[in-house]
Amino acid sequence: MKRFEAIALAAEVAEERHALLISNIGFPSRELYAQKDRPQNFYMLGSMGLASSIGLGLALAKPRQNVMVLDGDGSVLMNLGTLATLAAYNPENYLLVILDNCCYGSTGSEPTCTSLGTDLAGMARAAGVRIVSVVSDAVGLHNALLGRGLVLAKVEPGNADVPIIDLTPHEIIERFMKCALEAEPS
Amino acid sequence: MNPSLAVYQGMKQAGIDFAASVPCINLQQLLHLVALDPEIKHVPVTREEEGVGLCAGAWMGGKRPALLMQNSGLGNSINALASLDLLYGIPLLLIISHRGIKGEPIVGQVPMGRMTPGLLDAMQIRHFSPASAGAACETVACAWRLAKSEHKPAAVLLDLEFWRSI
Repeated sequence: MKRFEAIALAAEVAEERHALLISNIGFPSRELYAQKDRPQNFYMLGSMGLASSIGLGLALAKPRQNVMVLDGDGSVLMNLGTLATLAAYNPENYLLVILDNCCYGSTGSEPTCTSLGTDLAGMARAAGVRIVSVVSDAVGLHNALLGRGLVLAKVEPGNADVPIIDLTPHEIIERFMKCALEAEPS
Repeated sequence: MNPSLAVYQGMKQAGIDFAASVPCINLQQLLHLVALDPEIKHVPVTREEEGVGLCAGAWMGGKRPALLMQNSGLGNSINALASLDLLYGIPLLLIISHRGIKGEPIVGQVPMGRMTPGLLDAMQIRHFSPASAGAACETVACAWRLAKSEHKPAAVLLDLEFWRSI
């Protein structure tokens, strides 16, 4: 499964579930923006490693609002503590999707430790995350996207040929917060 | 007044209802007060940078967030403060135990302690150091108002003399 396809599927399910979607720095955000821009998407342009944390803070602040995060293997490896914090709070309205392409896809496909066998799903389970699934095709991913907890989606390396996002950070957060704050009460 | 209580009352006056934290010995009482407060969602985190992320998400979800940490954690948070909070204009109240300056017994605290005000200045994050508990409540509330009106973090630095003040 290509990451581009996985992101398209996640964006579709996010829309169906009326979920707010936090997407990771670099090509993942660009691929999401190119395929399915919605004001409910928060494109994280900096702060590598923190997509999962931003989503968790949002999910805890808005417990009746579905929150989905598109993260990557390199980014989660940079903020492994997030797995322990997720396990501690385990909100019912939160789903962390790790798109594992075994490399730093936005900087030249340098390999990450998952290419050598580091198992992020196993690490999440060991951290205490109760619902963890591993998928490698569209059917498996679709099913996992309907749930909560954490899904590790194995995807192929490589980026789609998509432009950079032409929204300002101010535009991204303004329209995102409008949706977040107009949604169901916290 | 008790210094921890003064800071806590400042947080209450500001309407802080979400707090991420990494402990410091000087924050012990304050963290206890925050943890017991049913109006504040308290999330202990594993690293301060993670707390910056959580607080940003909480802000986008309508909360008034604070990050409680030692100044060593400022070093762990700089990229996040800059490329998340300053980039998007996200307010955050930073309550920082300022170690490594006058009266510090632990040598390892000294380098970051000396650099802390300069690092905040470099990021154009305003910081305030109340001299005593008497001033802290208003300083904390003011720092949050400033963060909110300027759409960026603001910091309160609480040094060793502050924690010894009455």
